[in-house]
Amino acid sequence: MGAELRRRAFALVAAAVAAASAGAAFAQGRTPVVPGAHDALAVAGPQAAQIGELWNLTVFICTAVFCAILLGVVFALWRSGRARDDEPADLSSIGRHERGPYLSVLWSVGVSIVLLLVLVVASVVTDRALARMSLENAVNIDVTGHQWWWELRYGGDKPSDSFTTANELHIPVGRPVILKLRADDVIHSFWVPSLAGKKDLIPGRTATLHFRADQAGRYRGQCAEFCGFQHAFMAFEVIAEPPDRYDAWVAAQRQPAAEPTDAGARRGQEVFLGSACIMCHAIEGTTAGARKAPDLTHLASRTTIAAGTLPNRSAELARWIANPQEFKPGTNMPATALPADDMRALVAYLESLK
Amino acid sequence: MTVSGTASPPRLNSVPPSAEDAAALERTWRDPPGLLGWLAAINHKEIGKRFIVTAFGFFVAGGLLAAAMRLQLAQPDNRLIGPDLYNQIFTMHGTTMMFLFAVPVMQAMSIYLVPLMIGSRSVAFPRMNAYGYWIYLFGGLMLFVAFALNIGPDAGWFSYVPLAGPDYSPGKRVDFWAQMITFTELSALIEAVILITGVLKLRAPGMTLNRIPLFVWGMLVTAFMVMFAMPAVMLASTALITDRLVATHFYNPAEGGDAILWQHLFWFFGHPEVYLIFIPGLGFMSAIIPTFARRPIFGYSAMVLSLIATAFLAFGLWVHHMFATNLPELGKSFFTAVSMMIAIPSAVQIFCWLATLWTGKLVFKTPLLFTFAFFFVLVLGGMTGIILASVPLDLQVHDTYFVVAHLHYVLIGGAVFPLFGAFYYWFPKITGRMLSERLGRWNFWLFLIGFNVTFFPMHMLGLQGMPRRVYTYGAEMGWSNLNALASLGALTIAISMLLFVINVWRSLRHGAVAGPNPWNAGTLEWSTPSPPPACNFEAIPVVGGRDPLWEPGGVRGHVAGLAVDSRELLMTTVLDAEPETRESFPEPTIWPFVGAVATTVFFIGSIFTPWAIVWGSVPVAIALTAWFWPKRRENTAHLALERAP
Repeated sequence: MGAELRRRAFALVAAAVAAASAGAAFAQGRTPVVPGAHDALAVAGPQAAQIGELWNLTVFICTAVFCAILLGVVFALWRSGRARDDEPADLSSIGRHERGPYLSVLWSVGVSIVLLLVLVVASVVTDRALARMSLENAVNIDVTGHQWWWELRYGGDKPSDSFTTANELHIPVGRPVILKLRADDVIHSFWVPSLAGKKDLIPGRTATLHFRADQAGRYRGQCAEFCGFQHAFMAFEVIAEPPDRYDAWVAAQRQPAAEPTDAGARRGQEVFLGSACIMCHAIEGTTAGARKAPDLTHLASRTTIAAGTLPNRSAELARWIANPQEFKPGTNMPATALPADDMRALVAYLESLK
Repeated sequence: MTVSGTASPPRLNSVPPSAEDAAALERTWRDPPGLLGWLAAINHKEIGKRFIVTAFGFFVAGGLLAAAMRLQLAQPDNRLIGPDLYNQIFTMHGTTMMFLFAVPVMQAMSIYLVPLMIGSRSVAFPRMNAYGYWIYLFGGLMLFVAFALNIGPDAGWFSYVPLAGPDYSPGKRVDFWAQMITFTELSALIEAVILITGVLKLRAPGMTLNRIPLFVWGMLVTAFMVMFAMPAVMLASTALITDRLVATHFYNPAEGGDAILWQHLFWFFGHPEVYLIFIPGLGFMSAIIPTFARRPIFGYSAMVLSLIATAFLAFGLWVHHMFATNLPELGKSFFTAVSMMIAIPSAVQIFCWLATLWTGKLVFKTPLLFTFAFFFVLVLGGMTGIILASVPLDLQVHDTYFVVAHLHYVLIGGAVFPLFGAFYYWFPKITGRMLSERLGRWNFWLFLIGFNVTFFPMHMLGLQGMPRRVYTYGAEMGWSNLNALASLGALTIAISMLLFVINVWRSLRHGAVAGPNPWNAGTLEWSTPSPPPACNFEAIPVVGGRDPLWEPGGVRGHVAGLAVDSRELLMTTVLDAEPETRESFPEPTIWPFVGAVATTVFFIGSIFTPWAIVWGSVPVAIALTAWFWPKRRENTAHLALERAP
């Protein structure tokens, strides 16, 4: 009986240790991506820069006032006397005008009001400057928030020029960008700290956000409004490129998906079109046209998958397809069980979609 | 009770009260013994104590939830708590702290203290007060039982639609949240009615409106705010639950509803809510500072007017929670201006306290220490509040950890530090024993240091792009060190809270006996023994100043002629507190408890079926009818008093 109990206890402890170490191994499971800049004070465009200037002014004034009040407290502690525990209260202030404290309070309140007025005016002026950014020659992009990824639709002169991509917003350096923001399901919020303030995407409403990147580079953004299970991994990258590289990127994105050339990729295409993938994903140039999930036409041209969660490499792609819940518990993408050969072929096909 | 029949005339008290008077009053006003008596209790001190202990229990529960979150966020890519549980935990933390701790604990303190501070024997409507407590307790328990059964709400304490709507939160989780709102708002509204009536009509003679202690002013202003703010959220949550249960589409844009409507209604309540928590904190400050500066408060009238101004302005700035939505920019600027303007009345009060400290002679005790934390923590939170009031700055830091830092600086600095000061200040009154000063200092310093270590780094995290409400974050984001530091700070806060609990535990048994007025304070609650007798005052005092006990010669006199063998109270006029009439108060009864149980069945049943509104109303009606059913014996006693004043 005792031995049995001991054996059971041992098994329990062993299981717990195994579970804990599995958990620890799990924690190592996600290969980190290399995020772009994401700091509200490391600015790369006029909108974030304007806010940065207002930030500096406000923090300066607030710090000064904070220090003044703390000094007041410290001075009060230092100046006023100490009383015994049973010291009778000093009632001399009753019915007497306390001129010194009265003037001090009056002046302090007066100065506070003036400083607040300065801040209100500075805030409104900044707000106006943000609204009046020049929009000449702007790039228009439709952004739709989904649980938990970003759909990006670029327009063009002709309907056939438009194309859809996901989670990586390419923009030309120096040209203003106007985003039309919509939400497909719940409220999301579009935020790239280094470029601009955030804007909510609200179902049933359309919002716009405009900004400009003045320095080429990668800027990370993330959903800022709580939107359910995977709010934590609803990221995106803004890739600001020189105009010629941007134009080249647009030209490439307008093309339908490349036809697979080698046998492996051809097999992969068959697997893709023959599996549940096509219920949600689209690949231009094939019969896959569903719009419930990211467009995969040029998947291989993107650097991350699963909304900035994993680097876009064969190994990660295979693990993601096999078990998305391992990386983003609650995500709407179901696990797809495929024989190893088929999975290799599918990944080879997806990696060929440059 | 002791009224034996129609034959014996009522006995009235004398001044000074005889031992016989005191004994009769004690018999008249105490709650009945036994378990049934415990459930029937209506004495405001008993209900107040239960309220305070319950609210503190929820504070500890909410704190443990916070500790779980800090454990999860202590390292990146942590798999300790998954998103499903984490979303429940942060929702429960916010909901518990806002709805089950911060607002109720302030009302709880005032249920205990206000009658003592205004020289009354009871709160107004003592049975309703008991009902309000039970409703609050049952609503809170319902929420935690749901959480324990893995049906805790998970859409945030703000429950934005459509995420909280029927399409994206199937199941019952959000319904429990919405019904918890119904419970706590019902309780809060009841307590507001009780407070307003009590403060306006039950004050001791001579306590004119401009002699009310500032804490009581704060609670009066808060109660009025409750009455205007709470209906908005009750309306909002009721519309949410009907959207979820009977498909009303208030918030469904596809059917002509609007997702933004929720935000307007919620924040029209939600921002005043912050001041419901903050203004009582200001009241605690104004009670503690004069006592330990050994002088009356400087600028009483300015303080009162500031409280009222704060209350008005608090209703004009809800949109600063919605700057990131697509509302018109010019309109947003208006809310920027109001949000900054509300700093002015707060500044007035801060400067008046400074003037009081400046010109007083200080006694350094633990309650005063906690008020100093206010100057550091709340003022810093106020400064970040000014940042959040500005539309452009808010658009950067909104919904990031910067806001998490800000709101904790404001709420903990503005309410929880003063509340702990208040615990140390009034504990001797409530229990008759002093809390340990030594443990109190440890409690204070660990809390202050732990608090800043936890929350200051969050300002930086927000600027570095860390959004709120994320269950984990990648190691590549560079947020790991500051998060680890914040978690370390949370541990320090936990230790300081443990010290407080130990302090209370030990002091209840071994603390120094307090006596009626251990701090030599000036307000009326210190004129009666600690703990106070069931009737509070053996004779109702007559007041001649703002700090009656500091007046030369103490209180001016006492009221004679109130019954000692029947629950009789003196009512006074609203402005000048001149004696107006004597009012007979109800006796303890089990029916508020039974009514609360019936209401609970009604509310919880309606989560599962709309029919509960039909059959559930029957027991509620029965309980309320029994509650108000007149008794011949009581009527006779009251009539006897009426005829023979």
